[in-house]
Amino acid sequence: MISHLRTMWLVFIHLFKKKETIEYPEEKVQLRPRYRGRIVLTKDPDGGERCVGCYLCAVACPVDCIALQATEDENGRRYPDFFRINFSRCIFCGYCEEACPTYAIQLIPDFEMAEYNRQNLVFEKEDLLIDSQGKYPGYNFYRVAGLDAGVKKTGEGENEEPPVDVHSLLP
Amino acid sequence: MTTEQILIVFGVLFVLLNIAAGLIWVERRMLALWQDRLGPNRAGPLGVLIVLADTLKLFFKEDWIPPFADKWVFILAPAIVVASVLMSFVIIPFAPGIVVADLNIGVIFFLAMSSIAVYSIVLGGWASNNKYALLGALRGASQMIAYEVFMGLSLMGVVMLSGSFNLGDIVAAQKNLWFVVTQPVGFVIFLIAGIAETHRLPFDIPEAESELIAGYHAEYSGMKFGMFFIGEYLGVTLISAMIVTLFFGGWLGPAFLPPLAWFAIKLFFFIGLFILLRASLPRPRYDQLIGYGWKIILPVVLANLLITGAVALWLRG
Repeated sequence: MISHLRTMWLVFIHLFKKKETIEYPEEKVQLRPRYRGRIVLTKDPDGGERCVGCYLCAVACPVDCIALQATEDENGRRYPDFFRINFSRCIFCGYCEEACPTYAIQLIPDFEMAEYNRQNLVFEKEDLLIDSQGKYPGYNFYRVAGLDAGVKKTGEGENEEPPVDVHSLLP
Repeated sequence: MTTEQILIVFGVLFVLLNIAAGLIWVERRMLALWQDRLGPNRAGPLGVLIVLADTLKLFFKEDWIPPFADKWVFILAPAIVVASVLMSFVIIPFAPGIVVADLNIGVIFFLAMSSIAVYSIVLGGWASNNKYALLGALRGASQMIAYEVFMGLSLMGVVMLSGSFNLGDIVAAQKNLWFVVTQPVGFVIFLIAGIAETHRLPFDIPEAESELIAGYHAEYSGMKFGMFFIGEYLGVTLISAMIVTLFFGGWLGPAFLPPLAWFAIKLFFFIGLFILLRASLPRPRYDQLIGYGWKIILPVVLANLLITGAVALWLRG
């Protein structure tokens, strides 16, 4: 009986405690930097698309919500012809971000993407592409890769040695 | 019947139905506050219009009668609970002169009406033709009949001390001292039995969500469910009003507030207590509740009756 009264008193005290509720539309939720929300395609520091159309994100996606078609420009640099994410299917698992070799696809802390029409949740490339480097500023895939795609010559990249002349016997 | 009486009847009905509906909001807000939440606060000032929204929602729900149900009994059951609880309010003196029927057997009328409320649970559960509803009805019947006994016996001390079954006389007899002081055991047992009678949360065994889904009203929808819903809140108001009248001096209080205001203050204090009980205490097991009733409360209430009678006789000389 005493314990019941004590319980009731302790619950009553909660009347004056701070409330946990965040009154959402007026008061925003504090999201962590690594929160997995809306998916974006980022750009490298030179303003070029990071995406190289390797399809790894589409393969990694457990719900198959990513569709893309790779193509090449005149320098042999690959980029997606179209890139489509169906957010009505997306489960925001972040596997695409993990799979991406060029840090192009990233999940950002934004979840406010409700729509009345389901078709509006299908984001095309122009909706996904943002004018930012996202979580990896200063990273440019074509500067560290061996490929010459109009960004630098072969062997001139960061942390890259000049190509070895395989026909020479000198050490 | 004079115009004044008719006014009182409709006034009481209007106020009670509004209180019962308003309690939906009060309960949700209070529960939320006690659980460190805010509760419904969007519709209207402080969210009071949630009541309107809830009611409209209930009206627009499909009013479905299961094909396997006993149709007429199924329809009758929710009406009984509201009608019987509203009938009980007839005898409650809200203030001097504001009482619908000043019966000289008020307490007995109240007990009779709360016994009739059992029918709604039993009939509702039986007519639903659903095993969970039937189990709920079974539990409800045994629980309410058991606690009816203690409820009646716990009131006898008050009746003995005031020498009347009339609630107006009982209030008047508390002019000097509230009966909660002279009858503390009676008050505690009436409170426990009252919770069991209204099957409110610590003792909501007939409708235990986690065991019986919704118990006796599992098959009800729309406004029929709304009747059970309103009936529950009316029941809470009724038991609170009875506690105030029998043990806390009814409309008596210092003169700077009108009697009706004192009654309302005390009434809402006990309604708040009911909600606090819901927020804080877990539900006992079914056999624990019945065992507790017959093994502990019955001897205690009988001893209380005996001692009250002896003291009353001794005082009278």
